[in-house]
This record gives sequence, structure tokens and C-alpha cells, in this order.
Amino acid sequence: MVYRKLFGVPAWRIRSPFEELERMRNRMDRLINGFSRGSFETSSAGVYPLVNLTEDKENYYVYAELPGVKPEALDIEATANNISISGERKIPPEDEGAKYHRKEREAGRFSRIIQMPGDINPETVDASLGNGILSVKVPKAATEKPKKIVIQGE
Amino acid sequence: MTSAENQELTVRDKTALNRSAEQTRAGAVFTPDVDIFETEREITLLADLPGVKPENLNIDLRDDVLTIAGETEDFRKEGQVEVVAEYESGKYYRQFTLSEMIDQSKIDARLNDGILRLTLPKVAKAAPRKITVKTH
Repeated sequence: MVYRKLFGVPAWRIRSPFEELERMRNRMDRLINGFSRGSFETSSAGVYPLVNLTEDKENYYVYAELPGVKPEALDIEATANNISISGERKIPPEDEGAKYHRKEREAGRFSRIIQMPGDINPETVDASLGNGILSVKVPKAATEKPKKIVIQGE
Repeated sequence: MTSAENQELTVRDKTALNRSAEQTRAGAVFTPDVDIFETEREITLLADLPGVKPENLNIDLRDDVLTIAGETEDFRKEGQVEVVAEYESGKYYRQFTLSEMIDQSKIDARLNDGILRLTLPKVAKAAPRKITVKTH
């Protein structure tokens, strides 16, 4: 299967405080401009599905909106620092005699590779699908986790 | 339908709701994508409502106006810090005017995998009456 890889997304690896500031500025711009134009500008590579990424000390969390996708039609794979999501959304045909007034929902295949901001532990990735939202819990590799340094008293 | 079989899904921006009245509560409001089709007996509406739980979905039919309103939870969960946000989550809201008489007592709504399936049975019509025009 051919995956479309994600390139050139500036926000994925944030290392310096300036990048952090830049990211905040972009977010503000998006909020201000996005609302007035009636749609959100996103920094995605334009590949379905759009994902949101959060983190805490232990894990990264990937979220995607996948309405109508069944768990058996979804494939998730993890490598050292990538998560790939691929699958198919099917819209079952309705009665032959049905007369459509609106047809806005789309069916089709999708595949996307999401580069994680740091190394992960691919063995213990956990994914769940509920109410049309995919949530993937991606544990960070031991080297990425912040280490608490105990200060010894004399 | 055959051409849709191997089609690749593309990203489409969510459509923000344009409403004349301002909201009292902050947050984005989107109009969900829908399919609506009709058979002799009923009208069926399918709406993509990812992230909406059954208890947070309100469907209302009043004076031929059907209102669908759903709330979602923010993806930024407690204790998690946002790294990248490509999509925004918010409320869903959409209204439709129905031209057919609907049998309110038989409306059926199901929410599965983020999809609402709303069945609106039509009121059984009286047999069509033929009117003969008389001449003098």
C-alpha cells in the first residue's frame, strides 16, 4: 500500500522557545482569520483524516474524526516514530427506490502517516474507536520521557 | 455508485454555521454533512456527527422545522498539552424545513459510529380524491 507521507509541517518537532512562540502566533492568526472566513485554516498536509495531537509526560495522543468507519475497516501501524492510519469508509447502499435530495457524505479509502514529535514505543500503542472518533495512545520511548533528577542533600 | 468504490477520501473543511443571532456561549458551531433521501413511506436523514454521544444530541421537530443539535467534548483532555490541531471540535447545528407531514409518534433516531440515522415516516395520506369538473 502506498502511503502519502507528511512533509513540511512546521509544528511537529518543536524544540526551541521561538518555535513555540511562532506556533502560538499561528494559532491566534488561525482563530482570528478562520472564524471570519467561515472555515478553519489548518496546517495539515491536506491528507485525510485530519489529526489532532496532544501529549503528556508519558504518551502522545492522536485523535481523528472518522465517522462511519468500522474497527475492522481500519488499520493502524506503528514504527519507531511514525503512526500510520489507513482504512476505508463505506456508505452502504440504500433502497433502490430512494430518491436523494442531498448527498453530502463521502465514502472512500484513506491512508496517512503521522510523524510523532519524538521517539515512541511502538509495542504498546493502544487505539480505540468510539462515536466516530479514533483515539490512539502512543507511549513515548524511555529516552523521550522527562527524567526527574533527585537532588541529594549533603 | 461504482466510481465511488475506490475513491480516495479528501479533506474537506468543516462548514462553520452562519447564524444571524450571536451565541451566548463561546465555541465553534459546524453544520454536519447529511444525506437525505425519500421513499414512498418515509424520509431518511443521515448525518455525520463524529464525537457526539447520544445523550448530547438533541433532535427537535416543531412546525415542520427539524433541528439537529449536538455537542462534542474538546479533544484536549485534562492533563494533555496540544501539539498540533488540524481540526477543530465544536457543536453541530443544522435545521431543515420539511414539506411532508411527518408522523411524529413513529420517528426513529439511531446514533452509531458517529452517524445519526433519522427515520421520519410520512403520515398515511388519504386516498387521492379525483375532482370532476362539470360543465353546464
